[in-house]
Amino acid sequence: MTLLVSAWTIGLILSLLALGVYISYRVFAFPDITADGSITFGAAVAASMITHGTNPLTASAVAFLAGSVAGICTGVLHTRFKINQLLSGILVMTALYSVNLHVMGQSNLPLLNAKTLTTYAESLGRRISGRDTANLLGWTVSARDLGSLILAAAIVLVIALIAFVFFRTNLGSAMRASGDNAQMIRAMGVSVENMIVLGLALSNGLIAFSGALLAQYQGFADVQMGIGMVVWGLASVIIGRALVGSDSLGNALTGTIMGSVLFRLIIALALRWGLNPNDLKLVTALFVFGALVLPQLLPRVARASSLRSGAGAQAGSLRYTGGK
Amino acid sequence: MLQLRDVEKTFFAGTPNSVHALKGVSLTIDEGSFVTVIGTNGSGKSTLLNAVAGAFPLDRGAISLGGHDITRWPEHRRAALIGRVFQNPFSGTAPNMTVAENLALAARRGLGRGLGPLLPARLVSELRDRVATLNMQLETRMDNPIGTLSGGQRQALTLLMATWRRPELLLLDEHTAALDPKSADQIVRLTDRIVSQHRLTTLMVTHSMQQAATLGNRIVMMNQGRVLADYTEAQRRRVRAEDLVRRFEEIRRDERLDVSAAEMLRAAYV
Repeated sequence: MTLLVSAWTIGLILSLLALGVYISYRVFAFPDITADGSITFGAAVAASMITHGTNPLTASAVAFLAGSVAGICTGVLHTRFKINQLLSGILVMTALYSVNLHVMGQSNLPLLNAKTLTTYAESLGRRISGRDTANLLGWTVSARDLGSLILAAAIVLVIALIAFVFFRTNLGSAMRASGDNAQMIRAMGVSVENMIVLGLALSNGLIAFSGALLAQYQGFADVQMGIGMVVWGLASVIIGRALVGSDSLGNALTGTIMGSVLFRLIIALALRWGLNPNDLKLVTALFVFGALVLPQLLPRVARASSLRSGAGAQAGSLRYTGGK
Repeated sequence: MLQLRDVEKTFFAGTPNSVHALKGVSLTIDEGSFVTVIGTNGSGKSTLLNAVAGAFPLDRGAISLGGHDITRWPEHRRAALIGRVFQNPFSGTAPNMTVAENLALAARRGLGRGLGPLLPARLVSELRDRVATLNMQLETRMDNPIGTLSGGQRQALTLLMATWRRPELLLLDEHTAALDPKSADQIVRLTDRIVSQHRLTTLMVTHSMQQAATLGNRIVMMNQGRVLADYTEAQRRRVRAEDLVRRFEEIRRDERLDVSAAEMLRAAYV
């Protein structure tokens, strides 16, 4: 059952990525593809600092700041230089690829013997279970897996609470209003441009932090690890919305986290049942495509079929008047 | 006091679609006066309002408000001095946020926004009390998304939001044009009440001669980017809606005359 526990843990870690995508995509309606670069950026910064002996907590915090800087770059490109949203993200994402290689000094940076958050998690798991393995709902899991799951859940809980409180402050509400009706909040004296830059900083900070945790959990940072991550985040956000079916802040945040975990579990099961790992990105993209298109398509199909029966009735009445 | 000096604006300058929207407009509006701006479509009346609000940079001229030269201020900075109600009831409110949240955002118009809670308990009760003065039973719907309300209800709330903190200037851009007659009437009465209660300096654009003749204490008539007529206090009191309509018909006849005269000259000499 290590597979399921690890799927839960990765799902929770990536739910921070999903929260970041929620901020850019749902709050600001900004399709921010910087995420592909900033998740790797976070992983690279954290891994590089940890291998140089930095405390893993400090390294993760710096990864958050590094991601924020990437977000600020995208935001400034869009708001100050009037570059299209997608293109701003693509430019920063592309630039980050080189930056990440420089930060890591190689394309793959292992964290095998370094002291990471997973090391803490393992000793936490051992303290809870009292030995090397633990019993989780009848399954035997290693102390390391148990500790990682608990630590990831705790971190996600704290961050989700902070996000919930933040989006109900004056500043956070002004950010939500910027995405909801820019004209309104501008008339209330808020610079929508500044809000977008700040929002993308928070979004990419979270995404980079998620990357830092992921690198520590899987034991390495890789320059390729960010590919397709935006789509992954989108899938989580979309599933989350379907799960809770409401846009209120608390529900949206909870749904996004649940969506990320559920999506990871589905993928883990699909891989177990023989899905070729090479097809993973294709399946994810198809899933998001379906989720984006189906809500528009279904009413149209329903309307078309009702029209067809309506047209039949009309033809009948025409024939009737014709006979008269 | 609002002062416009020789304000000039051309949109799409240098292209075949060039529109000379404001041709040197000068206007001074005293503290506490309520000015209605009327004019035909394309007369520049909405452009004038947007110029004051800061929606675009001017080609020439200057605007000052309450002793500040605001000509180069961006729109959001001017919002510290200006309250606005838009023609479209959807423009003035954030639809997915609640009634209370929308009002609370307005309660900090032009102030800094930090990490304090948006809706402290004290503010919530104050919001409910002020909403109750609208007599629209909206105080029971404070936690509903504002997008679920009707256009008239949203426009009433937008008016309340624009004037929550007393603005140096209130801008009303045909704010009843998109409403049904009954709601429009309600909003007109509410406008009158709020403006006179707080003695607000107000600039209202309307295409309703009736509103122009009943609301406010000064009428500015615009045509083709210029101020055509300015009825101040004493004249304004004698003006009826019919007089305004007649004046517009005269303008239209003159314009048509201009066109036909040009045709005639061209036929004769070209």
